[in-house]
Amino acid sequence: MWLYEKKLQFPINIKKPDPRMAKLIITQYGGADGELAASLRYLSQRFTMPNGETRATLNDIGSEELAHLEMIGTMCHRLLDGADCELLRKSGYDTDYVEHGVGVYPQNSAGVPFTAAYIQSKGDPITDLIEDLAAEQKAKQTYEYLINMADDPDVIEPLRFLREREVVHFQRFGEALEIVKRLNSGKKYF
Amino acid sequence: MDKEKLKYELTALDFALADLKLYLDTHPDCSDSVRLYNSVADKRKVLFDTYQSLYGPLTAETYSGSESSWDWVDDPWPWNK
Repeated sequence: MWLYEKKLQFPINIKKPDPRMAKLIITQYGGADGELAASLRYLSQRFTMPNGETRATLNDIGSEELAHLEMIGTMCHRLLDGADCELLRKSGYDTDYVEHGVGVYPQNSAGVPFTAAYIQSKGDPITDLIEDLAAEQKAKQTYEYLINMADDPDVIEPLRFLREREVVHFQRFGEALEIVKRLNSGKKYF
Repeated sequence: MDKEKLKYELTALDFALADLKLYLDTHPDCSDSVRLYNSVADKRKVLFDTYQSLYGPLTAETYSGSESSWDWVDDPWPWNK
């Protein structure tokens, strides 16, 4: 089960609406390398992890991704909050506006809705952990591209925090993979 | 301590716990980190309880301060300004 805490993992103080940036950042909400995909991936794969360390790692990183999903949703909401129709039109947000108003919808920056086809759960810990390592690298790369597209420090700071978390998760998944390899000692993987 | 400062300090301690937790998941026998985790968790509990008693619930399940009305619904929610 989960316990909801009524606060964010990292403070978000966005003051200025910027629908263009919301349209880009939404990909980390509902895109292939986004936080929804990450949380569902790890929380689904945890059921077939082989020991306490690897179960805990997938469970706890999957849970942290839910906190990141909330941060990204908050960023999109704040970037749209207070934007008038003229700003939405000028920012290229008009196509999103007619579908969702200023609601936060799980889609990528090109408007493709979220799909579970973005993730796998293969029932084998080596297979799943190697997917997870790649997923963290792809998410980190996406955050770097988003940072390159941002100019407001209030947007850049939480993006940098989230980028850093991908680096830490990559490290932990690498250690989890080594733990599984030790459990299966003698078996050659490379 | 004012509300924003207290929330900031609590967020920092929560982050330390979140990061240490992941480290300990793959290094459960690192006794130095277990001790560090425990000491941060103790500090965090004090701040968490102080925050809830002064400014209202952070988790509905650990809060019993509502009197005639249900404080949990009070603004701001985390995504609000």
